[in-house]
Amino acid sequence: MTESTGDTVATISEFLDRHRDEIVADWSAATFFRAAGSTAEDTAADAAEVLGGVRRAIEHGEQDDPTAESFAALRGLLSAFTVPSQDQYFVSQAAVRMSRLKEPVLRLWQAEHSGDTGLLVEGVVLLSTAVSTLRLVLLDVALRSVLDTITSQREQLTELSTPVIKLWDGVLAIPLIGTLDSMRSQVATESLLQAILDQQAKVAILDITGVPTVDTMVAQHLLKTAMAARLMGADCVISGIRPQIAHTMVQLGIDLGEVATRARLADALAYALGRVGLAVAAPSDAAPAAPPSR
Amino acid sequence: MSEVPVVDLGGVLLVSIQEELLDASVATLQQDLAQRVIDTGARGILIDISVVDVVDSFLARALHEIAAITSLLAARTVVVGMRPAVAITLVELGLTLPGLGTALSVGDGLRLLGDTGPGGPATAELP
Repeated sequence: MTESTGDTVATISEFLDRHRDEIVADWSAATFFRAAGSTAEDTAADAAEVLGGVRRAIEHGEQDDPTAESFAALRGLLSAFTVPSQDQYFVSQAAVRMSRLKEPVLRLWQAEHSGDTGLLVEGVVLLSTAVSTLRLVLLDVALRSVLDTITSQREQLTELSTPVIKLWDGVLAIPLIGTLDSMRSQVATESLLQAILDQQAKVAILDITGVPTVDTMVAQHLLKTAMAARLMGADCVISGIRPQIAHTMVQLGIDLGEVATRARLADALAYALGRVGLAVAAPSDAAPAAPPSR
Repeated sequence: MSEVPVVDLGGVLLVSIQEELLDASVATLQQDLAQRVIDTGARGILIDISVVDVVDSFLARALHEIAAITSLLAARTVVVGMRPAVAITLVELGLTLPGLGTALSVGDGLRLLGDTGPGGPATAELP
């Protein structure tokens, strides 16, 4: 069996070499390469390279492995590939166009080997596996381009959602919004600590009004942030704990320990001002609250 | 092996840790500090680690021991100027240094120890 497969591979390899120009001409005319390449020569060169890849893949017995080195040429060709967000069938249509590449090769193969059924079938299986793998490569590339988009958007979201606000001299607030996963809370912690260092802030307010749910994970992140701020010499206050969240936290047995908590951001600000030795007074008082010195 | 500089700010000893501490230098520092506290009657110790990039469990324990030793001699220890990355690492390691005072800067540390003397910065006065 292995012997005959080896023979078949050699025959296919020789067959692809011999009919190289015919297949390239057929492939260049196919919609897929017309779409990918720009000029006629480019298209032919691209098609020849992909065909070479198919031949190498069959020779190395890796015709069903989309990660194989042999398909690198196709991956390179597809790297400029971007999935338009409007067209939801774009990838599958490209895959269909690509599967039409199979037909010219198989037609030639059949014309040449119709006498020997065994060789014919084996060759058809190998060739069509190899060309089908091209579609898998296409899907992989398309998927990766989509994943890249998601990753970069996630990064943008992380940057957008963690602003550190200076409320007063020595008082910082970080309004946490949305679901806090490990990465987002790490970024939030880092930017808060950096702001504490830069502005020499005495008190930092972690406002969780915009956090929909607090589970043990989120509580752990909040505690870690508060602890790290304390190690640097700043106090942390957690504010914006809604009644339902307080309820859930107690039921989960979450203990925020020595970290101060306040119901609203306003309460936390009053507490923070007290910690830096300031108080807010009505203007009718003899000594109105001084504006921040800077 | 270089010695860790200890500066007397009049009632408060300022210790600047510049580089990684080895076992021997920690032991020397602890004895030296205890002696200096007795000699000067200092009521506080500021340990400035603002130039330290890496605080491992060894240094954390050393800081703890210094705090314990000096508190026996009625002097309070405050760690000053810890970097954000160091603080995050310590919390991840679970080393939250309970019992140790912390401050953002030497000025804040002095204020925490109740010092508003000539060494204290002008911002000590709040509006």
